[in-house]
Amino acid sequence: MATSSEPALIHARGLTKRFGAFTAVDAVDFDVAPGESFGFLGPNGAGKTSTVRMIGCVSPVTEGVLTVLGLDPAADSSRIKSRIGVVPQQDTLDMELTVRENLVIYGRYFDLSRREAGRRADELLEFVQLGERAKSQVEPLSGGMKRRLTIARSLINEPSLLLLDEPTTGLDPQARHLLWDRLYRLKQRGVTLVLTTHFMDEAEQLCDRLVVMDKAKIVAVGSPRELIEQYSTREVLELRFPADAAPTDGSIFDGVASRVEQLPDRVLLYADDGEAAAVVLHERGVRPETSLVRRSSLEDVFLRLTGRSLIE
Amino acid sequence: MTSLSTIAPAYQPGTRAARLIERNVMVYRRTWIMLVSGFFEPVFYLLAIGFGIGGLVGPILLPSGEHVSYAVFVAPGLLASSAMNGAIYDSTFNIFFKLRYAKTYDAMLSTPMAVTDVAVGEIAWALIRGTMYAVGFLVAMAFLGLIKSPLIVFAIPGAMLIGFAFAAVGMAATTWVRRWTDFDWIFVVTLPLFLFSATFYPITVYPEPLRTFVSLTPLTQGVELLRSLALGTVGPDILVHIAYLLVMGLVGLVVVDRRLARLLLK
Repeated sequence: MATSSEPALIHARGLTKRFGAFTAVDAVDFDVAPGESFGFLGPNGAGKTSTVRMIGCVSPVTEGVLTVLGLDPAADSSRIKSRIGVVPQQDTLDMELTVRENLVIYGRYFDLSRREAGRRADELLEFVQLGERAKSQVEPLSGGMKRRLTIARSLINEPSLLLLDEPTTGLDPQARHLLWDRLYRLKQRGVTLVLTTHFMDEAEQLCDRLVVMDKAKIVAVGSPRELIEQYSTREVLELRFPADAAPTDGSIFDGVASRVEQLPDRVLLYADDGEAAAVVLHERGVRPETSLVRRSSLEDVFLRLTGRSLIE
Repeated sequence: MTSLSTIAPAYQPGTRAARLIERNVMVYRRTWIMLVSGFFEPVFYLLAIGFGIGGLVGPILLPSGEHVSYAVFVAPGLLASSAMNGAIYDSTFNIFFKLRYAKTYDAMLSTPMAVTDVAVGEIAWALIRGTMYAVGFLVAMAFLGLIKSPLIVFAIPGAMLIGFAFAAVGMAATTWVRRWTDFDWIFVVTLPLFLFSATFYPITVYPEPLRTFVSLTPLTQGVELLRSLALGTVGPDILVHIAYLLVMGLVGLVVVDRRLARLLLK
């Protein structure tokens, strides 16, 4: 958590990014404390990537204040970049080089000696379990392997801040879990993680604190638990009805839950005690095809805050 | 914050360009055959045109009243045009691929490397390759007995200057290329330059005002520069050729720097 005694690693006030007439990031405020794992959660086009690119000094700030590691990206980009690691949304591995060469040359971009770059490359290949592929070309690697190599590459300068833009998008569950495990280890070593994601489980797994972004603005801030407490109930009762048998009159759900959401095939009732709500509805004669009580998740918060309609 | 930035040395743009060259050396260690092809291209032209066609042409009369064989006459022209072709090749296809597809530069810019490092590094790399070809070509000329003036050693920096001018402008043009077929526009320019820049015959072949027009085109400047060195007919106009190519390269470099910043730092 950000405290007054510890200066923020990233500090943003009124941070704005515009592309012509389009506002990608609209006056957002946030602070990231050292050692914290901080997430930007939001649908596609919410402004997450634009924000992370500004932090990574590859996108000029249009307006507002941004300091990274206490420095101004406009004036000190090379010094900031020397201390951060970046995992971009799309892999930018060097296809003309081998796996190990990718790491060595990246270390050289950071002015490491050849020997030191080689030493760290070997160490990092072990860390991301790619030691056996050191001499392989990049092209034939699987998506998960490329992602791991990208993460290894981002660590070559032993960064104090790691920026990850949708690190696990497009990966299968095994690859995701392996990545999460590696990121968790980095976090334990004290590396500050800043990540964007639209996966709720990823945010819950990795983030101490997160902001929900929607339409270029921050709409909520807190730990996953705080957000659930603030924007959802403890439990959710999900009722599924046969296609033509859903209750047409919504008033039948009155008073059972703090919030009711009627979807084409389902009704979601947000209540602190889902079982109790189910009992009351049964007494009122509601007969769903299936009935399920589950804990509220970040996904409920997310959908409440950013809406259910598909944003492209 | 301010105290920190005053203590630490200011970063000098362009100083990490050597890292990009190092990266390209790593790549070419495996694809060295491409280097070989760059050497043979002008040598093959020299054999085919200098000696093949040259046998039919007979000696060439220089403005000094002296006669030289056609091969001696055409060799510096071929060196100049291959310096152009090599530079254009390196600074167009290769750069386009790295810029638009491989995202090589995006990856570099996430490190302390800056846009100027990329611009200077790629152009310097094209120059290094061009220099190797020029040295190889001169050695071939020596073997074929085509060296007339000791001044020809200065044709190596001369070829580098041509390479610099065309690499910078070629890379600048590439920043506007959106798809592979757009490259045809670049070759619509470079092919006539190759053929008509007094490469294969003296510029006096052209009637005025065509002669003045041709003499103002960039490859003609390069051909005249190298030819005057090769034939030992250096006059004061050599300074004009040098200044022309130098300005062309520097303007290209500035444009590349700005365009890359625009494309990569959005």
